[in-house]
Amino acid sequence: MNHFGRIVLAGLASLGLLAGCGERPPIETEQLGYRGTGMEENINPRLLAALVEKNQVPASLPPADASGPLASEIYQNVQVLKDLSVGEFTRVMLSMTEWVAPADQKNCTYCHNGENYADESKYQYKVARRMLSMTREINSTWKTHVGQTGVTCHTCHRGQPVPEYVWFTDPGAGRENSFVGTRAGQNSAITGLGVTTIGHSSLPYDPYSPFLLGEENIRVNGPTALPTGNRSSIKQAEWTYALMVHMSNSLGVNCTYCHNTRAWASWEESRPQRSTAWHGIRLARHLNNAYLVPLTDVFPDNRLGPLGDVAKINCSTCHQGVYKPYFGTSMAKDYPELQGAKAMPVAAPPADGTAAPAAGDAAAPAATAPAPAAAPASAKTLGATPVARVAPAGRPIG
Amino acid sequence: MAMLSFERKYRIRGGTLVGGDLFDFWVGAFYVGFFGITAAFFALLGTALLVYGAAIGPTWNLWQISIAPPDLSYGLGLAPLHEGGIWQLVTICAVGAFVSWMLREVEICRKLGMGYHVPVAFGSAILAYVTLQVIRPALLGAWGHAFPYGIYSHLDWVSNVAYQYLHFHYNPAHMVAVTFFFTTVLALALHGSLVLSALNPAKGEVVKGAEHENTFFRDNIGYSIGTLGIHRFGLLVAVNAGVWSAICIVISGPFWTRSWTDWWAWWLNLPIWN
Repeated sequence: MNHFGRIVLAGLASLGLLAGCGERPPIETEQLGYRGTGMEENINPRLLAALVEKNQVPASLPPADASGPLASEIYQNVQVLKDLSVGEFTRVMLSMTEWVAPADQKNCTYCHNGENYADESKYQYKVARRMLSMTREINSTWKTHVGQTGVTCHTCHRGQPVPEYVWFTDPGAGRENSFVGTRAGQNSAITGLGVTTIGHSSLPYDPYSPFLLGEENIRVNGPTALPTGNRSSIKQAEWTYALMVHMSNSLGVNCTYCHNTRAWASWEESRPQRSTAWHGIRLARHLNNAYLVPLTDVFPDNRLGPLGDVAKINCSTCHQGVYKPYFGTSMAKDYPELQGAKAMPVAAPPADGTAAPAAGDAAAPAATAPAPAAAPASAKTLGATPVARVAPAGRPIG
Repeated sequence: MAMLSFERKYRIRGGTLVGGDLFDFWVGAFYVGFFGITAAFFALLGTALLVYGAAIGPTWNLWQISIAPPDLSYGLGLAPLHEGGIWQLVTICAVGAFVSWMLREVEICRKLGMGYHVPVAFGSAILAYVTLQVIRPALLGAWGHAFPYGIYSHLDWVSNVAYQYLHFHYNPAHMVAVTFFFTTVLALALHGSLVLSALNPAKGEVVKGAEHENTFFRDNIGYSIGTLGIHRFGLLVAVNAGVWSAICIVISGPFWTRSWTDWWAWWLNLPIWN
């Protein structure tokens, strides 16, 4: 083969490699930080179209009359939605049927005893009651995460009695003991959690138990360039990375959606989305501990995991691959019934032991966004080049 | 600088690519040529623009000076001078200077009747740069995808771009490129040390030649690539380092938008075990 033939062959091989990637221009991009920082989101419009298709809100039922007698005065055994009128109450029940147990799931009788709707004998009835309280708590007291968008049952359930994205404790995680030693819950790209959580990487594949159920420390990196007493290990960093990869997969975004990776820990250089995510971690942890774990005994065995634990939530449960569920379309605005009990004051977000998100506290996400910096670099901060440019709130990427 | 006694006969006119006899002369040891002039022009202009960019910037700290590309909103159009325009001019100057330097090498090769191996090798480095700053931004539709000119800022860019794909070390072409870089360094170290060991023997030993060099590696690993072969090998691995660097960045974004770890799903999906 002559020189020219070899060059042609090399060119064909390169094209083959590109084809092997499976994606192609045009690619849409969104700038997330000051120009030149490399903080960008890459969006393949072909993949996005499929995701948009999958994340459409269903039509809302027409609003109900808020006047009239209270449901709790007409119906028996109404414990959560006591403040709703009969019209509103019925509207919620009909919507829940569509959102959680549509016709192929027996509609009303999925939860209710058809003979006596006040009867609590079905486990679904007890679970649904807690879920209604949960939804109202999220919408009323977790605005730090859900904002004015809010959630409904459909945000997680999407027409299924059990949401598609839930997690159980993996019986294999860190418990193997073989000749070659323990895998310490890592290096299993092909187990269920390995695929969905850590995107085929070698990271620990169950970051949920320590971080979304327990309260292990997530921010393990040192605050200084040289070691000044940070005792966290690489192992701990891998657990943190596993959680972060889960968040990335759940939201369909890359690391620069929240972080300027030159200084992961710096709130000043992070995007405001990071403080939303900070509250999201606490929200998932709170819901797992306050609502789902206490329901363990209510569920029948076939709804529990291999270790007998209840189905729990993570970021995917609501987000389902999208940075804002349904790309930011609010369903909950059509459902004042789910916004919290009427006349209920909006409570402050629960305090976090180590770092409450108080404005002005450098260790926590301040409520205010990072300074909208057109200006790179204060000369005082070493290497502090461009600061994140703040995207307008609610601006869709892509 | 005094001209060495044997140099004069190589300093012959002709062989230029453009301009005929224009600038076909030497200044001291250096051949000038048309492309020497353009290389100097672009290098000086580009450097002056960088200094201007630093002057209107917030710092003179050498580590922190950064000349950033335009916002993505400018697409592939021109940006105002203070909002990425300087970066655009500097990039034109850089490409102009690098390519001028390569073409000047070509002209020297032509004068001497040599092959074009040196400009081709240098071209692989230019390819990597042009891929980063021109080809990939063009494929993604905005100059803002290129890296900024600054010591720290370009490293910060590398970090963020790598994390756009979650874990860049899983990029298969990056793996190949890194392997070529390390192989190049190892080959150069082995070659340099072998030559020195033959030509700089201990006091009292005679200087050794190619047969000793070949014998060393035959004894050591059963094979010697030979005195010409080692240079072919060196060129191959070094050029590949640059070329695969270009490939690894051009596929990131235009041909892959997700985590590079996910790319390896083809392995897990092989019908052998799946």
